[in-house]
Amino acid sequence: MADHISEPMLEMYIFETTQLMEQLEQVVLANEKSGFSQEDVNEIFRIMHTVKGSSAMMLFDNISALAHALEDAFFFLRESKPDKVDYPKLADLVLAGIDFIKNEVEKIKSGAEADGDVDELKSGVQQLLADLKNHGGAPETITTTRPVEDQKYYIGPQKEAQSKEYYQARVFFQDGCQMENIRAYTVVHGLKALADEIAYSPHNIIDDDGTADLIGKEGFLVTFSTRKSDEEVREYFNRTIFLKELDLAKVQDNPFKSENGEQAAAQAKAPAAVGCEDREQANAPQSMVSVHVTKLDRLMDLMGELVIAEAMVTQNTDLKDLELDNFQKAARLLGKITGELQDIVMSVRMVPLATTFLKMQRVVRDMCKKLDKQVELELIGEETEVDKNIIERISDPLMHLIRNAVDHGIEPAGEREAKGKRPAGQITLEARNAGSDVLIVLRDDGRGLDKEKILARARENGLVQKNESELSAKEIYSFIFLPGFSTKERVTEFSGRGVGMDVVTKNIASVGGSVYVDSEQGAGTTITLKIPLTLAIVDGMTIRVGNARYTLPITSIRESFKPRREDIITDPDGNEMIMVRGNCYPVLRLHRLFNVKEAASEFTDGIMVMVDSDSDSLCVFADELIGEQQVVVKALPNYIKSLRRVEGLAGCTLLGDGSISLILDVGGMVNMGYRQGAH
Amino acid sequence: MEAARDFLEQEEDTQKGKYLTFSIGSEFFGLEIACVTEIIGIQPITEVPELPEYVKGIINLRGKIIPVMDVRLRFRKPFREYNDRTCVIVVDIKDTSVGLIVDSVSEVLSIRDEDIVQPNELKAAQNRYIKGIGKVGGDVKLLLDCDKLLHDDEVEALEKIG
Repeated sequence: MADHISEPMLEMYIFETTQLMEQLEQVVLANEKSGFSQEDVNEIFRIMHTVKGSSAMMLFDNISALAHALEDAFFFLRESKPDKVDYPKLADLVLAGIDFIKNEVEKIKSGAEADGDVDELKSGVQQLLADLKNHGGAPETITTTRPVEDQKYYIGPQKEAQSKEYYQARVFFQDGCQMENIRAYTVVHGLKALADEIAYSPHNIIDDDGTADLIGKEGFLVTFSTRKSDEEVREYFNRTIFLKELDLAKVQDNPFKSENGEQAAAQAKAPAAVGCEDREQANAPQSMVSVHVTKLDRLMDLMGELVIAEAMVTQNTDLKDLELDNFQKAARLLGKITGELQDIVMSVRMVPLATTFLKMQRVVRDMCKKLDKQVELELIGEETEVDKNIIERISDPLMHLIRNAVDHGIEPAGEREAKGKRPAGQITLEARNAGSDVLIVLRDDGRGLDKEKILARARENGLVQKNESELSAKEIYSFIFLPGFSTKERVTEFSGRGVGMDVVTKNIASVGGSVYVDSEQGAGTTITLKIPLTLAIVDGMTIRVGNARYTLPITSIRESFKPRREDIITDPDGNEMIMVRGNCYPVLRLHRLFNVKEAASEFTDGIMVMVDSDSDSLCVFADELIGEQQVVVKALPNYIKSLRRVEGLAGCTLLGDGSISLILDVGGMVNMGYRQGAH
Repeated sequence: MEAARDFLEQEEDTQKGKYLTFSIGSEFFGLEIACVTEIIGIQPITEVPELPEYVKGIINLRGKIIPVMDVRLRFRKPFREYNDRTCVIVVDIKDTSVGLIVDSVSEVLSIRDEDIVQPNELKAAQNRYIKGIGKVGGDVKLLLDCDKLLHDDEVEALEKIG
């Protein structure tokens, strides 16, 4: 049995099913309140149909059975369009079904058996269907199978028959194995490898589920010609899963000529195997491919090598001082193409946050139902692109935060109305690029954080280290991120165990990010996740200091200018500052910070770059600006990081000529600059 | 049964007992071949600030960024200018790739286990990167413990405090 499930097929199945489930979830959530339109019903039906088919093929019977039940329900909706439909209940059922399937797929992914019990869900769906039928006065047509035509389809011969033998096989599947038609299709599909010509009856096994019953009763009749030996053919059929009985017999005269001569001739001209056509059509509009991330990593490394190799050729010292017009022309073209290629390769890794954000919609919906609250979730900037690796890491923290917001933040409708707020709470989830970071802001208009309560709890748990009167509001709020802190007395299903928030900080910190919280009592809470640029692609300005090159994220640069000597101020401690338009900024000499020799030390020989981080600014002194370039941020090797925590560096990147440039962490530098000033 | 197991073990580890030897000054060292990924000439090194002196910085190894360590400085020997004999031995230990800068690479040798003696216990402080001393003909090769070479900073930190 395991032989039949080859690895790539399983991988494909998992990928496809996961995607379909996500798609389905969106459809259901979007239309839950308004009721499903005809289009949505069709869509859900199609998805369920596909899942049923593929699951049956992969022998995940519980998934397939559930999908079948749901498909039946939506088939009914599609065909008879009943008036009274309990949409919320239907949506609940479908969502429960989605969860079940997702769960099973997870199990399959981790190598376990998909053994979840489907009966309860299935009977729920069937019950709903029965209710629908009773209410709607359903027309009889739904359950009746379409008339089964006794027509045979023909799969074109590949070679002229010579010593071909003709066989006729009648296959009976075990009772109750379900999806007989799909199993029959598997038989035909596998047979293609052995046989030259295949005809089978009933023919429309893929698109008509009614044939399943027929095959169950009368068996599945396949006629085919093959050059293989009797034993090989028999062996193939005996491998069929759930095989109950097999009649395999040789046929003397060519059945393709005698029975279906005309059709065969007509069909033979068409090169495509007709039996496959339906499937191919169903898959036709697929414009997405899934690629393993390691392949993308490899691709990016190779791209880097290509750019370096290109520079090695076009700037080869052997070519120096030579007049090579044609070569230069060709080299320019090559440069243009590699540049474009580089852009594409870089953009491939970026994934919009949309899927993660949309997942949150489901979380909010479920919680509202359970807690009997009304919450509207608004998504802003879900098209913001983030590196794939980062997306995976922030999904869980986001979920925690959303749960907290709904559970602790948003008040029940009655309480809200008493406060003069709209009964429905509003949660906004926003993503945007901000300088060298991606900011994810979660805002709610709930009751806000209670400073006194937090402080009291912090005191209780011995978390307060400082004098309480010195604590700023922000410091008090940040207590909620400490392990073991939870102000909620009651532990609910969703939150209140005091693990959520510190998991958030831990997860975000693991990608090098940070979490900020701000709140106004009675008006709501804002939580900001700052995800660093590591792994992301940034527009960088490359600057030179001596022989070393550094990259500054363009978005953090405010301006650059040639300093005048009279603007420089040095305080008694030797700290340098510069006056720009009446404001005073600390100066950070990169050559001193990074110990670069042979760099300009006179301010008039170099250039000042003013950089911003949050509200603070600082002037960075460098030798010259080299140019703007899109760079991939690579993390510093772990070994380096384990030796010393290097402040002021966000990572490194490869420049076009293959040399390494260190990316400066503006936030870190600003801190350093101000600390210097404070000393 | 015994013979079969021996055979399997041999099959499993054909690289066992093979050492890449290199020189620093007048001394010869050996590295287990299994941990060596490749040997490259000296590359332009990008310095990273605030690192111990013996970690010279990072290099670009075909798109992969790896740190390089000057073994001379690691052994507290004086720095010597790099020349065209200078090599970087890229080693991979526990998924960490590090380049080791050495004066020159000589050859790959087979040293049998019985020809390896334990370093003198008394001089343990100096020998902490040495796993054993291999005898090849009349010569002696100091066999390095890569793992210690890379991850022995705790000891160093303790020394500083002391």
